[in-house]
Amino acid sequence: MSALDDFRAEARAWLEANCPASMRTPPSSDDEDTWGGRRATFFSDDARLWFERMRDRGWTAPTWPRAYGGGGLSEAEGRVLEEELRRLGCRMALKSFGIWMLGPVLLEAGTEEQKREHLTGIARGELRWCQGYSEPGAGSDLASLGMRAVREGDHYVVSGQKIWTSHADKADWMFCLVRTDPSVPKRDGISFLLVDMASPGISVRPIRLISGNSPFCETFFDGVRVPARNLVGREGGGWAIATSLLKHERAMIARIRDARAEAEEALESIAKRVLGEARGEVADRVVRAELAQLGIDVLANKLALRRAAEEVAAGRPAGAESSMFKYCGTELGKRRREMRVRLLGLSGLGWEGEGFTPAELSATRDWLRSRASSIEGGSSEIQLNILAKRVLGLPA
Amino acid sequence: MSFVLTEEQRAIAKAASDLVARRAPVAHLRALRDSRDPVGFSREVWREMASVGFAGIGIPEAHGGSGLGLTELGLVLEACGRALAPTPLVSTVLLGAPLVLAAGDEALRARELPLVASGERVIALAHEEGPHHAPTRVTTRAEPHAGGFRLTGEKSFVLDGHVADAFVVVARVAGEADDPRGLALFFVEASAPGVHATRLHLVDSRNAARVRFDGVTAAATLGVPGEAFALLDRVLDGARAGLAAEMLGGADEVFARTLAYLKERQQFGVAIGSFQALQHRAADLYCDLELTRSVVLEALRAIDRGDPEAARLVSAAKARAGTTFSRATAEAVQMHGGVGVTDELDIGFFVKRARVADVTFGDSAFHRDRFARLSGF
Ligand SMILES: Cc1cc2nc3c(=O)[nH]c(=O)nc-3n(C[C@H](O)[C@H](O)[C@H](O)COP(=O)(O)OP(=O)(O)OC[C@H]3O[C@@H](n4cnc5c(N)ncnc54)[C@H](O)[C@@H]3O)c2cc1C
Repeated sequence: MSALDDFRAEARAWLEANCPASMRTPPSSDDEDTWGGRRATFFSDDARLWFERMRDRGWTAPTWPRAYGGGGLSEAEGRVLEEELRRLGCRMALKSFGIWMLGPVLLEAGTEEQKREHLTGIARGELRWCQGYSEPGAGSDLASLGMRAVREGDHYVVSGQKIWTSHADKADWMFCLVRTDPSVPKRDGISFLLVDMASPGISVRPIRLISGNSPFCETFFDGVRVPARNLVGREGGGWAIATSLLKHERAMIARIRDARAEAEEALESIAKRVLGEARGEVADRVVRAELAQLGIDVLANKLALRRAAEEVAAGRPAGAESSMFKYCGTELGKRRREMRVRLLGLSGLGWEGEGFTPAELSATRDWLRSRASSIEGGSSEIQLNILAKRVLGLPA
Repeated sequence: MSFVLTEEQRAIAKAASDLVARRAPVAHLRALRDSRDPVGFSREVWREMASVGFAGIGIPEAHGGSGLGLTELGLVLEACGRALAPTPLVSTVLLGAPLVLAAGDEALRARELPLVASGERVIALAHEEGPHHAPTRVTTRAEPHAGGFRLTGEKSFVLDGHVADAFVVVARVAGEADDPRGLALFFVEASAPGVHATRLHLVDSRNAARVRFDGVTAAATLGVPGEAFALLDRVLDGARAGLAAEMLGGADEVFARTLAYLKERQQFGVAIGSFQALQHRAADLYCDLELTRSVVLEALRAIDRGDPEAARLVSAAKARAGTTFSRATAEAVQMHGGVGVTDELDIGFFVKRARVADVTFGDSAFHRDRFARLSGF
């Protein structure tokens, strides 16, 4: 037995002993997720217990060094753990922008002091982070951002506005991009700052989405004082950090499994139930062919992800494939959501209240939410631009 | 079994692409077409491929083969696909030989398989009877005769049928068309009295023939008469996956040529590849190709490891290979502009091959339907 097999057996036994039964079922709504933070809330006692056990084991950030609150696992062990979590159907013990986005770049570009100050709090779910990139005038063209940070002694004074800041109203800290030098070409005047959301001068206003939720906000900065030691990298060196973080973000968006989608009634079975079946087959031949195409594409996408992971594990440098998976994954997700409401007919168009099952109401909301997936984290068009230039080498 | 190629597999892929680049680039197919070559492939090139072991992949070492699997054969087919190299790989190595190996008696195997492995013998499958792939739509009859069987019927699409040395013929001992029961496999020498092969000139300049069997006496019966369908479908799955690998090679090559043209062709004072309308189409096609590649490779591996999901994966692979290859060739023509529709440029050969390969062993619609059935809906 290889060391990896030993680890798998050990991980499996630990998860079986420690993951509460209710945490092995898919959540029925986003409200059941655990995000941690100073104002952490838990949907249930089991959710708290599961979070605390995973945290104490270092498995909220399994591949980070132990010194920073992580689990100290190798990449290969991390993948095994992911497989075992999936096999048991475990919920994510902690969802966290800190773990998915900020942590990896702090490990790459942070000072020892910054790593010690922030990583442990992130891994242990003590602080919740939000991402302050987009501004009203800087969306896809992120580098044109204008929120100013002026150095005054050992502080930066920050003024301006961010928008679409997911969970800004619930976050303790923000990692953000600011303009420290407006006189140089736009990519060279950007810096990467860590800001405590409790600082005086920050105000947050939630924005409501077409799905009815309001997971993101406008965030206003008015003369906010940020200690200079919260600058990551050098002043003016924020763009490279920002883009490296986006790569982690894209990979995360493509990879994070839609636990709820996996637990939902399969599209094929909805089709049989709603449209009827003939000899065990979906009776409507047109819908059946579309379902088959969707099933084939989902399968191919899954295999492509696995192939890329195996190739990278075998030493191929990780490239711009995160753009491909972000693009393919979100476009496929939209097709699935669209298909679900189409199949359900009016039952998939309920907004709230009596007359609809919770699953039907989720179908409506998820369909609307899925529309954001190909915009957030760099739109589909931006991913195609990246692929055309970086992978295919087409001229600008 | 991982997606990452082993040392040996990489060596096979390299040997195949070197040999094909040297002996059978697209110009080779063009020359065969223009000279109306009666054979339709080069026996010399085929013997050279056999000499490095390509014809013996899938044949046990005891019978002169290399004992390698479909994953390795897929690498060779992909290399051939890039150059549209015409060889008996599909007719003989993917179909004829595996059927003889799986169902022939020891004497037949010992006689035929070493000849296949050395590139001396083409064994074609005589199966299809209509314009669309319909594995059970067989009406060719097999009647008991003098301790064996006599075959009567007409096959509409036999790969390499006019140059085959022998055939594996699918015929019916019982039942009506579309019944999977009642099918049987027979080994027939091409020289047997009553075999009439007429070459078909298809749009892709590759080999196919119509073959009539007029009361032909079968030289051997392969397997149990009436119960051939399971084996036939299993071997067809190997051929479908192998053909998908060839198609993947073709799609990849035609995309590479298009990409090169996008960088080289200037209009409005800039390379046409700087136009975003074309960049996005190219990037989307790239993703399409990557997804198709993943499912084709997995289908080949699934067969090699005897995965019960193999048939479903094969249908996913063949369906995607069909649409991706057609799309890659259509985009290639459009992005090449006027030269794209000239015979002088090779692109047209890829366009034509994509259509024929899609229809062969079931087009995308056939495999979507089969995927749905195998998935339980
Ligand atoms: C649910 C959700 C959560 C988000 N969370 C956060 C967050 O936490 N923090 C944060 O900072 N931001 C967040 N965002 C913002 C997100 O990153 C931006 O919405 C995104 O970058 C697009 O910017 P925009 O909305 O200004 O659209 P625009 O950039 O104005 O784009 C409009 C349209 O033009 C297209 N377009 C733009 N430029 C090009 C081009 N060069 N070529 C071709 N087409 C182009 C786009 O693809 C799009 O279709 C979130 C967005 C959503 C939807």
